[in-house]
Amino acid sequence: MKLKNLALRKGNDFRPTFFAFPYVAICFIFVVLPLILVLVYAFRDTDGSFTLNNFRDVLTAGNLKLLLKTVGIALLTTVICLLIAYPTALILASKPFNKYVILALLFIIPMWMNFVLRIIALRSLLGIFGIDYGFGATIIGMVYDFLPFMLLPIYTVLMDMDKSYIEASTDLGANSVITFFKVTLPLSLKGIVSGITMVFMPVFSAYAITGMLGDTDTTIIGGKIHELFVNADVWGIGSAMSFVLLILVFATMFIGNLFGKREAGAKAAVKGGTNE
Amino acid sequence: MNKKLWLVLRWVFLAVVLISIYLPIMLIIVYSFSSERNIGSDSGFGDFTFSLYGRLFQNDLLMEATLNTLGIGLASALLATFIGTFTAVGLYYMRKGKKAVNLVSQVTVVNAEIVTAVGFLLLSIFLRDVIQIPIEKGVLWLIITHTVLTTPYVILTVSPRLNQLNPNLYEAGLDLGARPMRTLFTVIMPQLIGGMVSGFALAFTLSLDDFVVTNLNKGTSGVNTISTYVYDNLKRNLDPAIRALSTIIFVIVLVVLIVFNIIKNKKAKAEQSASKPLGK
Amino acid sequence: MREQRVIDKIIDVKNVTKVFDDTTVIDELSLYIRRGQFVTLLGPSGCGKTTLLRMIAGFVAPTEGKIYVEGQDVTTIPPYKRPVNTVFQKYALFPHLNVFNNVAYGLKLKKILSGEKTNRKGEKVPVFRKFTKEEIANKVNRALKLVGLEDYGHRDVNSLSGGQQQRVAIARALVCEPKVLLLDEPLGALDLKMRKEMQIELTKMHKELGITFIYVTHDQEEALTMSDVVVVLNDGLIQQIGTPKQVYDEPANAFVADFIGESNIISGIMIKDFSVKFLDTVFVCEDKGFAKNEQVDLVIRPEDITVLPEDSDKGQLTGTVLSAVFKGTWYEMEITANGYEFTVQSTIEAKVGQKVKLSIEPDGIHIMKKLRTVNEFVGEVSGENTVDFCGGTFEISTDLERGTPVKVFVPFDAVELTDDEEDGEIGGNVARSLYKGRYYQVQVYTDTDEDFYIDTSDEWDIDDRVGIKLDKSKLRLEVIVEETEEENQAEDGGDEA
Repeated sequence: MKLKNLALRKGNDFRPTFFAFPYVAICFIFVVLPLILVLVYAFRDTDGSFTLNNFRDVLTAGNLKLLLKTVGIALLTTVICLLIAYPTALILASKPFNKYVILALLFIIPMWMNFVLRIIALRSLLGIFGIDYGFGATIIGMVYDFLPFMLLPIYTVLMDMDKSYIEASTDLGANSVITFFKVTLPLSLKGIVSGITMVFMPVFSAYAITGMLGDTDTTIIGGKIHELFVNADVWGIGSAMSFVLLILVFATMFIGNLFGKREAGAKAAVKGGTNE
Repeated sequence: MNKKLWLVLRWVFLAVVLISIYLPIMLIIVYSFSSERNIGSDSGFGDFTFSLYGRLFQNDLLMEATLNTLGIGLASALLATFIGTFTAVGLYYMRKGKKAVNLVSQVTVVNAEIVTAVGFLLLSIFLRDVIQIPIEKGVLWLIITHTVLTTPYVILTVSPRLNQLNPNLYEAGLDLGARPMRTLFTVIMPQLIGGMVSGFALAFTLSLDDFVVTNLNKGTSGVNTISTYVYDNLKRNLDPAIRALSTIIFVIVLVVLIVFNIIKNKKAKAEQSASKPLGK
Repeated sequence: MREQRVIDKIIDVKNVTKVFDDTTVIDELSLYIRRGQFVTLLGPSGCGKTTLLRMIAGFVAPTEGKIYVEGQDVTTIPPYKRPVNTVFQKYALFPHLNVFNNVAYGLKLKKILSGEKTNRKGEKVPVFRKFTKEEIANKVNRALKLVGLEDYGHRDVNSLSGGQQQRVAIARALVCEPKVLLLDEPLGALDLKMRKEMQIELTKMHKELGITFIYVTHDQEEALTMSDVVVVLNDGLIQQIGTPKQVYDEPANAFVADFIGESNIISGIMIKDFSVKFLDTVFVCEDKGFAKNEQVDLVIRPEDITVLPEDSDKGQLTGTVLSAVFKGTWYEMEITANGYEFTVQSTIEAKVGQKVKLSIEPDGIHIMKKLRTVNEFVGEVSGENTVDFCGGTFEISTDLERGTPVKVFVPFDAVELTDDEEDGEIGGNVARSLYKGRYYQVQVYTDTDEDFYIDTSDEWDIDDRVGIKLDKSKLRLEVIVEETEEENQAEDGGDEA
C-alpha cells in the first residue's frame, strides 16, 4: 500500500484511517468469508447443487435431542456458576474483603492456566472421590472451567457500584434483605448479564470437557460438529448444524441486548481485568 | 444476626470456594513429585522424586507440543498486537464505517468457537482448492487463525487508551515533518505501550488456552499443542509427566501475575505523584 | 488581485469551502496574508477560524478551493511537507520525550541541502544530509533560550507548568524554521497573568524572528493588542479585515461592532450625506454615500460619548443615569436616553438618578450597512395557499402552482417568538440577542439550520428553545427563476489583508 498517495485527496481530511485498512481486509477474508462458506456448504449437495437435505439431516429427532441436551447443560452450568459466583463476588466486594484485591485475584488466577490441564487435574480429583465420568462430572467440569468468567464481571460491577446507594437505602429504613433486592441486585444486573453471555454460549463449544469427563450420553453439539467434520464426508451436515448454532448465537445476543447493552469486550475485561 | 458470626460465615464461604478451585491444582502439584503412575492409586503417594520432571523433557512429542503452543502463542500474539494497535489507531480517527468494522470484529468475539473453527477449516480448503494458495493446515495456519481470533481483544484493550491521548498528538508529529507511519511508531505507539502489553498478554493467554479452533485446524501431519496433545492422548495412556508440566505452568502464571500486579501498583503510585506539576 | 502590483502573499486562500457532514463551516472564503505579518483570525466559537487554520496546516482538506503558500499550490500537500508549523491549544507535547527531545523531534527528520554531485548521466543533482547531533543541540538550545527555558532540556515535559509546556510547544515549532507559524488559541488554557506575559513575549518573538504568525483566538482583546491585521470571522464568512484600529473604530457591520469592544449599536436612518437620524434625533456624522432614508446600523463606542451637566447647552440627548461603576481609571455608566440604554465611559462621575446631557461628536458615530433588512428563505408551494420552508408549512395566499420553488421574504417585524415551542409554527433556538435601541434584534436558528432575524421588544436568552410565529399578511413571495446564482456576495471576498 502506498501511504503517500493516501494523503490529502480533495475533500479528504488527513485522518490516518488507513491504519485500519489491513484489518478491514483481514475481516473480509477471515471473518466474513468463512461465514459465507459455512452458509454455502450448508445449502450445497456433494455434487455442488443447491439442497435443503443437509437441514433435513440436521433436524432429526436425535439431533434435536442433542441440541436440547446441550442447552440443558449450558443452562445448568450457567445457573450453578451464577449461584456460586454471585455470593462470592458479593462477599469479595463487601467490607472488609474489598480491601484485599489480591484475594479476588486468587479466585481468577487458574483462568490463566491452560484449561485442558486444569480439567485433567479435576479428573484426577474426581477419581479419588470415586465420581464416575458422566453427566455429573461434566457439569462439575463445566462449572470449574467457567466460574471465573462469571465471577469477574459481577465482582467488577459490584466494586464499581456507588456504595452510597446502599447506605441511602439503609438510611431510609430498609433492612439489608430489601436493600439487596431493591438496590444491589438491579444495579449489578449488567455484570450478571455479562457473565451469563460469557458462560452460556461458550459451553456449546466446550466439547473438550465432555470428552474428558463425560460419557457417550453427554455429547454436546460442539463435539458433534467436530466429529462431522473430522469425518470428511458429511461437511454439508456439519455446516448446516453450524448454521443452526450461528442463529442461536445471534438469538442469545439479541436477548442479551434486551437486558441492557452487552459489552462485547467482557471477555477482554475479564482476562485483562487485573491488567487494567 | 451476630456481626462476628456473619463475618466468620463469609470467610468460610470464600474458603470453601477457594479450596474447591485449588484442590485439583494442588493435587497435581503434589503428585508431580510422586513416583506413582496413577494419582490416588492403592499404593498411595509412593516415593518423593523429581523423576516426572526429567521424564517431561524426554517426551519428545509433549515437548514439541509445548514448543508449538509457545511458538504459535508468541507469533500470533505479536501479530495481533501490531495489527490490533494499528487498527485501533485507524478506527479512532475513522468517522464513517467505524461501527461496521467494530461489529465485524466483534463477530469473532461473540461467535460460538466451534463455528469459528469450522469457518477457518472451510476457508483453508477454499484458499487451497479454489484460489489455489498453497495453504496447509499446520503451525502456520494456526498462527494465522489465532491472530484473527485474538486481534479483536487487542483492539478492545488499546482503544480506551487512545481516548485519553491528546487529540492533536498525531497531527503534531505530521506537523513536525514525520510521515504517518513514522508518527505512529515514534509518537502514538509510545503512549500506548501499556495497552499493547496488556493486549499482548491477553492474546497470548487466549492462544495458549485455545482448543476448539486448534483441534479442527491443526491438520493431519501430527502438529499438536498442549491442549490437543493431552486430549488426544487421554484415551491412550497419558504420560504422568503432564503433572510436571502443569506445575511449571501454574508457577509461571503465578509469578507473572504477581510481578505484573506489583509493577502496576508501583506505576499507579508513580503516576499519582507525577500528576502534580512542580510549578514554575 | 484587481491590480497587477506585486504583493508578497505568503499565504493565499482562494474560494475555500469546507463542509463537515452537511454543515458548511467555511463558505467560499478568500484571504491572503502578507509575509512577516502577525495576523489574527478572530471570531466566536464555531465561526470556522480553527478549521481555516487547520486547512493551512494541512490537517483538513478544503471541500472546494485552493490554498497557496508562497505561490505554490499546497491544497493536496500533506502537513509533513508544508513549510508551516503549528502550536496547538493543548500543547500536544510528546509525553514520552523530555523537553530537549520534544524540541529536537522535527530537526531529526529534516533534510538539508549539502551540495551537489554529478550523477552517471552527467546531470547535477542536489545532495541532502541530516543535521548533525551538534547542529541539533545548538539549534534546540537556541530555541529553548528564545522561550526562556534554557536549562530545562533534560526535564520531563509532564513536570512542567502549563505556561512552560506552551513555551516548549512554541520552541518545538520555531526550531523547524517555518515560513509561517500557526497558533491555535495557544494561550486559551493559561491563567490570566500567564496569558498577559505570553502575549507580550509572542509579540516580541514575532518582531525578532520576522516570520509570519497566524494566530487564532476568540479573545478580542488578545487580537487587538497583538496583531498587525485582524480577520473577523462569523458563520464561516469573513466579516471584516483590517488593522486593530480599523476593526475597532470602523466596524464593518453590527456583528463586528458587537463582537469587538463594548459598543452601543442603534438602528437609524440616513437622512442625507453626513446626517443620520436615530432615537428621534438628527446627528451630524462623517459618513456619506448611502441612499436617501436608507436604514442603517450605527455604532457609538462608550468612550465617544461625553457626559455633560443637565443645564449644558451642548449635547444632543438628555438622559438619566441608571448606574455608575468605577473601573479604575474611568466610570462606566448606564444612561437611558430616548428609550435607549447607553453604555458610557467617562472620567467624570455622575450620580445615579442624575439627569445629564449626552454629546456625541460626528467622528464618534460610525455608520454601517445593515447586513440585511429582511429574512429570505427558499421554499416551495406545497398546496393551495400553503408554502413549505424552514421545515414548516405556512399558509400564505398565493395562486402559484404546487411545486413552484419560491423565495419567501419575511420582514423582521413579521415574526413573533413564543415562549412555548408548541405555540409557534416551527421551533428554533436563540443564537444571539442584540440590543439595538428600543428593540432587540434576535437571531434564531431553526432545526433546518436556517436563521431568522426578529425585531422584538423582549430580550431572549441565548440557547432558549422558542416557537416561531409569522404574520402572514406581511410575507411576500417571489418565484425563483432558474438561473445561475449571483457569484459574489459582498462579505465573501476579503481582498485586502
